[in-house]
Amino acid sequence: MSTQPNESTTESTKFPLVFGLDTFGDVTNDADDRPLSHAQTIRDLVEEGVLAEQVGVDFFGIGEHHTDDFPLSAADVVLAAIAARTSRIHVGSAVTVLSSDDPVRVFQRYSTLNAVSNGRAEVILGRGSSIDSFPLFGYDLADYEELFEEKTHLFAELLKGGPVTWEGHTRAALHNQDVVPHTEFGPFPTWIGVGGSPQSVVRAAHYGFSLMLAIIGGSPARFAPFARLFHQALKSFGREPLPVGVHSPGHVAETDEQAREEFWPRYLRVITHVAETRGFAIPTRESFMYEVGPRGALFVGSPETVAQKIASTLPALGANRFDLKYGMGGLSHEALMKNIELYGTQVIPRVRELLHG
Amino acid sequence: MKRIAVLGAGHVGPVIARLALDAGFEVAIAGSGSPEKIALVTQIVIPGAEPRWVADAVKGADLVVMAIPLHKFANFDPALVAGKLVVDAMNYWPAADGVEETFEDRRYSSSKIVQRRLARSTVVKALNHIGYQDLEDARRPAGSPERRAIGIAGDDPNAVRVVEDVIERTGFDAVRLDSLSAGRLLEPGGSVFGALLSRSEFEHALRVKAA
Repeated sequence: MSTQPNESTTESTKFPLVFGLDTFGDVTNDADDRPLSHAQTIRDLVEEGVLAEQVGVDFFGIGEHHTDDFPLSAADVVLAAIAARTSRIHVGSAVTVLSSDDPVRVFQRYSTLNAVSNGRAEVILGRGSSIDSFPLFGYDLADYEELFEEKTHLFAELLKGGPVTWEGHTRAALHNQDVVPHTEFGPFPTWIGVGGSPQSVVRAAHYGFSLMLAIIGGSPARFAPFARLFHQALKSFGREPLPVGVHSPGHVAETDEQAREEFWPRYLRVITHVAETRGFAIPTRESFMYEVGPRGALFVGSPETVAQKIASTLPALGANRFDLKYGMGGLSHEALMKNIELYGTQVIPRVRELLHG
Repeated sequence: MKRIAVLGAGHVGPVIARLALDAGFEVAIAGSGSPEKIALVTQIVIPGAEPRWVADAVKGADLVVMAIPLHKFANFDPALVAGKLVVDAMNYWPAADGVEETFEDRRYSSSKIVQRRLARSTVVKALNHIGYQDLEDARRPAGSPERRAIGIAGDDPNAVRVVEDVIERTGFDAVRLDSLSAGRLLEPGGSVFGALLSRSEFEHALRVKAA
């Protein structure tokens, strides 16, 4: 077992360094490069979460998705299975698509997870990058803003504990409603995932939620003003400082070359697939190498390469937490387990050393 | 040409406002509500820009950049930008943002539909096809081998020339398309959308697509 989250701090905040792993539960491929079943992918995912604790990772998050490639529509159930087999690691959503969910149910599920795990549940609220949940649950994307605003407000009310009175347009009103299970030790940590809208940063501060910067393309450093905005907004709302985290995709292997060669064909396939529906440009080897480099958002490489990049990103953003979004459609479960092992045993200790040294 | 109004304070508007400020323009920015609502965002994320109501931002601006969510465009009052040169930086992107009836008429490019609605403005399409997350880092001085191209589509040659100059000053090579209708080539799904290309790569991609 490696390091616990400790009292040490980054230069820019008073919060301890925290290192997480996030996954969208991409379907993995077998030794013959054929996709495994959704069921096997989910069972493997539980093993990945258990390994994450064993190698010293602080947080394990699962992002809600509803597609054949990403069959993790009920992340909290998988997180409960991981919680039952672990004792220290925090477990949470990354993200929960609150706009197309019912805040009461989200609170109930994560409050239950919090009970099962002895207070280790967290929630990251956001839109996520896919929109599948909107038609699935009968919501109109044009209503996105109102849905998110209202439901975030209700979720903040629910987190306070005690009977809730709330009224809005997006779900039935609540009048002095007791919502169970009650939390044991007050609200569980809640974050808002922000991709690029400064007004979402202000919203997080307004409700007293922590800030998770989802940096999936371009230079991580351009998010520095968002962290400053968050701290200023907290101040203007009369709130205490709160943590700032970074969520970015990547892949760790023994060497830079191995990490890139494993990741690149999967990345190309996944983004090409998304490009058809989302209008993204299809990556080139050149654009990939740029994203892998110091000015890009992909944390792909050897433990040393990835550690150096994390160690330069966190202070630049005044962030104290890094969540590596690992896995990319079709990578094998074995490659993912190796990634987790290297992240826990080599990357995390090295980042701590670099930031404290 | 010295004052730019940016309408939209979401993902895209603040980035374009910073580009314009860095290029030496005066910038006013407006969100969907009061200036107070975006005062803190402006102060910290777009220092130097002035937060305004839409009408106040547009007043006195030589050029107006529209970067509001397209589903809000149906409720946008065209009178607010009457007589103005309007840069349409918006995208109709149903796969990402949902279907909008107004923009489902496939006879017209999305910017042509914007122009038809903003009948008393001059609309030029630009700044829509490079991701907002890449815009700032992609800037290079004129002559740099790494300078990237931005496509400009419009029907009014004078307006296109003004926008061209603004684009060049922000750090990109401006590539002119024939008309607002040809702006279709810059839309989501097109060969240059989301890509960072040099002028020659950009022109090549457009020719391939148009052929």
